[in-house]
Amino acid sequence: MKFIDEFRSSDLAQTLLKKIAGVNDSNKHYRLMEFCGGHTHVIFRHALQQLLPDNIEFIHGPGCPVCVLPIARLDKALALAAQPDVIFCSYGDMLRVPASHKRSLFSARAQGADVRVVYSPLDALALAEKETSKHVIFFAVGFETTTPATAFVIQQAKEKQLRNFSVYCNHVLTPAAIEAILVSELQDSENGRVNDATEKVSPVLIDGFLGPSHVSTIIGSAAYEKICERYKKPVVITGFEPLDVLQAVAMLLDQINKGEWRVLNEYHRAVSAQGNAKAQLLTQAIFTLRDKFEWRGLGFIPDSALRIKDEYKVFDAEQVFSVDVVPSREYKGCECPAVLRGAIKPLDCKLFGKPCTPENPLGSCMVSSEGACSAYWHYARSAVSHA
Amino acid sequence: MTEELITLNHGSGGRAMARLIEEIFIHHFNADSNNTELAKKNDAARLNVQTSHIVTTIDAHVISPLFFPGGDIGSLAVHGTINDLSMAGARPLALTAAFILEEGFKISTLKSLVKSMALAAKEAGVNIVSGDTKVVEKGKGDGVFITTSGVGLCDHDVSLGAEQIKVGDKIILSGSIGDHGIAVMSAREGLQFDTALLSDSCALNDLVDNMMQHFKHAIHCMRDPTRGGIASALNELSEQADKGFRIYEAAIPLKESVRAACELLGLDPAYIANEGKLVCFVAEEQAEALLAKMRKHPHGRDAAIIGEVLAEPGVQLQTTLGTRRRLEMLSGEALPRIC
Repeated sequence: MKFIDEFRSSDLAQTLLKKIAGVNDSNKHYRLMEFCGGHTHVIFRHALQQLLPDNIEFIHGPGCPVCVLPIARLDKALALAAQPDVIFCSYGDMLRVPASHKRSLFSARAQGADVRVVYSPLDALALAEKETSKHVIFFAVGFETTTPATAFVIQQAKEKQLRNFSVYCNHVLTPAAIEAILVSELQDSENGRVNDATEKVSPVLIDGFLGPSHVSTIIGSAAYEKICERYKKPVVITGFEPLDVLQAVAMLLDQINKGEWRVLNEYHRAVSAQGNAKAQLLTQAIFTLRDKFEWRGLGFIPDSALRIKDEYKVFDAEQVFSVDVVPSREYKGCECPAVLRGAIKPLDCKLFGKPCTPENPLGSCMVSSEGACSAYWHYARSAVSHA
Repeated sequence: MTEELITLNHGSGGRAMARLIEEIFIHHFNADSNNTELAKKNDAARLNVQTSHIVTTIDAHVISPLFFPGGDIGSLAVHGTINDLSMAGARPLALTAAFILEEGFKISTLKSLVKSMALAAKEAGVNIVSGDTKVVEKGKGDGVFITTSGVGLCDHDVSLGAEQIKVGDKIILSGSIGDHGIAVMSAREGLQFDTALLSDSCALNDLVDNMMQHFKHAIHCMRDPTRGGIASALNELSEQADKGFRIYEAAIPLKESVRAACELLGLDPAYIANEGKLVCFVAEEQAEALLAKMRKHPHGRDAAIIGEVLAEPGVQLQTTLGTRRRLEMLSGEALPRIC
């Protein structure tokens, strides 16, 4: 299959591995953060670590839209879903994510809430047009990749003058999250400090980033330049195939060795410097920045998420419904926050595998197909013999 | 003309029910066949069995949508039960079927499902010899649920099972994976996408007959990898056999359209359901000969040796890049990714 086979070719992989060997300084320990959960899964699904020297370490980032949603926002989702005459539409992954007290949208559905799985926000819009006696809420989550589609349905809803459709907006921004990780790294190394959350934060040291694939098609590679410059860390925008990752590793090692910090674009078959202008305009027309937004694991980050503009507030579920939310509580012992910061690996969490599994997830990282814990569970729970 | 619908009367044991049974079930399941047992309309059918082992199985079918590209709940209910018998090395002798109908279900829809079952049974050369019907109130069912049970006969000297799997055995897969799951998904509300792909739902008894003719002692175990896909079937067998399997990703037959859909949706075809495929564990020295035989049958045309049995437990996958990782059982539900 074109664009797949050539990026999974064993022969080409050998060529790239030679290139990596050529730039690898075995005295150095390279800590590369793959921001996206999609990359984490590529690394594990193809067991890339087996091909790479031991001194190259992947640190798994927070780029999983399901994982970073804080428990308070999930609790609010449950409260919205429980409103009378509401059909609550969500991407499938969100249904199993545990909210406070081990509740989830799945359990809400079992208790009678009308929760439906949709694949696209357009499905939710179509449902609102069909079920005129109900109010349809679309649970919008995701980074810049999914935001334009949400913006589009809000625009459509306004054009169609729908009065029974709203969006529970949880769209977040990638560069702000990368910056938050780097700020905490900076502060950790300067002060050995404690984050605004009450927990102790272990320092996360990162030498360079594998930048997101799909997000970057929207925002463009130039969107990372400010961060690169400010924190002096190289970023390589990387495609979602195994050979993309190997090529990006070579590009990062080369920059790190030379003491450079540029944004390079390995994924130029899909990503341009400026990104998708049409999608950006649509997003800007409907959404505006929130002052701050809570991220699981990263705490409150300023200017890191979007809300629906006031002129579209009749489509903002948080404006349409006022719901009481119980005080939120993370599952005791759940290390998702530390996993999301890259501070620990999933296997370091005491709950991993027992009792936390994909069937009985206690934290968000075990649920999503992009979550780091889920990747470890599926691909790396136990070693494979190489005999 | 108003559409005829299922009412509670159809399940009450009275005339309406008798008519339903006569006009739909007996008419189609008895049509032009030697199905004399069903024609007797007894509650139980008597089967003539010679000197063989009797193999029985039962399978309940609930699926949404009821009709999908390449099949429907009716044909699936017949194929599923026949295949369960075949995997034990048995020749299917007869099926029975129970229908749970929801009040308000269209009789015309029921008719098409029953016709489809009759055709599937006829193609497989198996009779549906008795059945049962119940009607539940509207809202207490999902249109129709169909349960089929089957009886088959197995030679005395045939004993297939996970416990027979031996280190060194070759693992043969009868054809491409994921066709059924992706075809059903393409027709499911909210996830419609265009594909020419059809479900692989089919009865495997004829293929298995062919395989057993010359290889009944070389074949150690067979399994149809339905829900959970080949990954889950292989893990179940590995656990039951207390042996390990090494699977070669590059050797697994996979249609381009299934692959494209999986790439797009972020799904792994190893976890997608099949309804017309089998995995077979065969003594190494007979593997190539069996493979050649399977490839001559329409349901085994794309068969391939996909791996071998090791002593160390667990299922491992050798990727196209040459790396190795665990191939775990499906946990949770396979859901499309968000972005």
